[in-house]
Amino acid sequence: MIREFRLPDLGEGLTESELVAWRVAEGDTVELGQIIAEVETAKAMVELPSPHTGVVERLHAEPGTTVQVGETLLAFRVDDPEGDDAPPPNLVGYGAVAESGRRRRRQGAPAVDGGTTVLEQTSEPEPEPAPEPVAVVEHRTLAAPPVRMLAARLGVRLDELHGSGPHGLVTREDVERAAAGAQPTAEAAPSASPAIEADEERVPVRGVRKATADAMIRSAQVPQVTMFLPVDVTPTLELLDRLKEDRAFREVRVTFLAAVARALCLALRRHRAVNARWDGDSIVRRRAVHLGIAVATPRGLLVPVLRDAGELDLAGLADGLAALTSTARDGRTAPADLAGSTITITNVGVFGVEGGTPLLNAGEGAILAVGAVARRPWEHDGGIALRDVVTLSLTIDHRVLDGEQGALFLAEIGRLLADPARAFTA
Amino acid sequence: MSSLLAHDTGTGSPPDRGDPRTVRLLTPDGVRQTSGEYAARVADLDDAALLGLYTDMVVIRRIDQEATALQRQGELALWPPLLGQEAAQIGSARALEHDDFVFSSYREHGVAWVRGATTAELCRVWRGIAVAGWDPYRIGMATPQVIIGAQTLHATGYAIGAKYDGAASAVVSYFGDGATSEGDTSEAMVFAVTYGAPVVFFCQNNQWAISEPVGLQAPTGIAARAAGFGLPSVTVDGNDVLAVLAVTREALERARAGEGPSFIEAVTYRMGPHTTADDPTRYRTADEVEAWKAKDPVARLAAYLRGTGALTDDVDAEVAATAQRAAAALRADCTALGEPDGESIFDDVYAEPHPVLEAQRTRFLAYREGFEEER
Repeated sequence: MIREFRLPDLGEGLTESELVAWRVAEGDTVELGQIIAEVETAKAMVELPSPHTGVVERLHAEPGTTVQVGETLLAFRVDDPEGDDAPPPNLVGYGAVAESGRRRRRQGAPAVDGGTTVLEQTSEPEPEPAPEPVAVVEHRTLAAPPVRMLAARLGVRLDELHGSGPHGLVTREDVERAAAGAQPTAEAAPSASPAIEADEERVPVRGVRKATADAMIRSAQVPQVTMFLPVDVTPTLELLDRLKEDRAFREVRVTFLAAVARALCLALRRHRAVNARWDGDSIVRRRAVHLGIAVATPRGLLVPVLRDAGELDLAGLADGLAALTSTARDGRTAPADLAGSTITITNVGVFGVEGGTPLLNAGEGAILAVGAVARRPWEHDGGIALRDVVTLSLTIDHRVLDGEQGALFLAEIGRLLADPARAFTA
Repeated sequence: MSSLLAHDTGTGSPPDRGDPRTVRLLTPDGVRQTSGEYAARVADLDDAALLGLYTDMVVIRRIDQEATALQRQGELALWPPLLGQEAAQIGSARALEHDDFVFSSYREHGVAWVRGATTAELCRVWRGIAVAGWDPYRIGMATPQVIIGAQTLHATGYAIGAKYDGAASAVVSYFGDGATSEGDTSEAMVFAVTYGAPVVFFCQNNQWAISEPVGLQAPTGIAARAAGFGLPSVTVDGNDVLAVLAVTREALERARAGEGPSFIEAVTYRMGPHTTADDPTRYRTADEVEAWKAKDPVARLAAYLRGTGALTDDVDAEVAATAQRAAAALRADCTALGEPDGESIFDDVYAEPHPVLEAQRTRFLAYREGFEEER
């Protein structure tokens, strides 16, 4: 039977080749793989090995002529039990050929409910006005993979955020802010900055500075009130001095801040209402005390969180605070450790000031500021003596608490610091 | 007037630099060196083992020839011939253990053959009906990489993982002289050294990166580059199957002993075109090809084995028949390969279901449904 051999694409993407010479003549017997022709393509001169064992029946092209890929080059007479009627195969080397037996339906393909995909229009135009493709574009929140991971870790839903980045891209700061309980806000498009004077310097607001600014604006929306209490903490300082000599505290440096934290946690046991936050139409009280500590770092103000501070003893608090503050100053605090506090202490006293009016860490019911401990003439045992005095100031969310509740709580802290033996009764 | 620099002539390196540092155990005339450190590393090979190396080389050369013919006949879309590089591939692959892993380029048909790829698996990708020829985990060899040098990174990564796993396996990455100019290859070597990864960088310097002569890219030589990364390297006569086996055994031993990566430059020659779409006569001289023909890897082992009496006419005819059977199997398997269902393109992209891909599959099926038989 006859087997035709059509010219394949001998290079990569060639459409034709020139037949240079035949190496066989009609009537010749050829072996599989025997060189039958020399062909020159745009890329190379190649030898064609015979695809069959048999007799050359007919040469279809003249040397020197150009043959198109897919055109019959020659025919073989071969012994093949499969018979004559086998159609010539479409070889890989011919590339894709137009399928003649099938065509696209005019009516187009049935619509598929892929949920989020819209079927593309079929290649043939519709004679009647075609329905407009409905743009069912799934809104997928844009965010880089590490930010997605962070969001998943912090339990923040990306689809509920309005990203502050270009095209609504959710940034790391957006996620951190959302995790801190803040309402995400879309950033206004950066507007052209007005000109500045020659002696002015414009510092772009980003990172921690930006987060702090946003947090403070949210805080400023809360009706809050601050109250003050000067306390003679000499007994507490004497206690801390004695602890330094104590073998049990040899490994720990118990700071005054740790003592204040301890007093706050003890006071919370009697004033649970303070450990709470405003949540729309309800107040959410927390049993666990997650203590936020405002820390000044090279990057700016951070509030890392000491979890379950209420469960810790004085040494535990001292340890935890030391680790927390050093980690924060090194810039190594994990984002998860910057969120979830229920009440905060800010130690403005380390900078030498007597006190201040702290702004609430948004999402909390109260914040305690600790001023500098200073030797002052003070009433003591019916006379005047030089005593170590500190001013405590407490700011409360007036929606959550009344002045009375705040005052009683602050007074309880003061009593414990003025007379640490009272902790016995706590 | 002779030229000192290879690239002055616009050709590859001279066929034989006569560099005494090049490891060689079998001269082009088939004389075997039996003393020395490297000779000792292959002293265990008996006649059967030597004939095994010979058979592998003859068979893969025949398979390569048949695949080239299949491309000319329209049965394969493309084929990158390995003609001339049989010793470099068979010798190195024979040094591997079962649980070692290979990350190769696209020309390493001989390595795949030794690792256990079938004739059908060798040609599936080149027929354009599959995205991978074989199951990498069955034969311990990744799908050949077409991107130049990218597999070196995969090899280093796998080797670092093997080290962390405490596995005894070593990794070989095969690449060509051109790949040593790729950033990926540099990065792979840096990280391999940094992590002490059990990986062997096996460069088949076949003198030509398509039409670019190696002397132009690496005037100081390929192996010398490894030193800059802190990699111990060796230059071996890549047409000497015994020397290649010896240096690869040494490098794998180092890797398995926790002594880190090594670099092997196997100096060989691509006798054929870069691929079936290339015409090497346009960029290299017939003299150069003739000079390398005299160093043929198969002929040199045959000469040695005929000298020892291991290879008789009868044995050689048997080997040739084996090779012919392999070629026939390749042709039969290749032409019998069916067209894949178009839908299968979606199957192995992700290990787990992927919503976007599923949507594409749905759309594709709907598109295909949109065809009807012409009346």
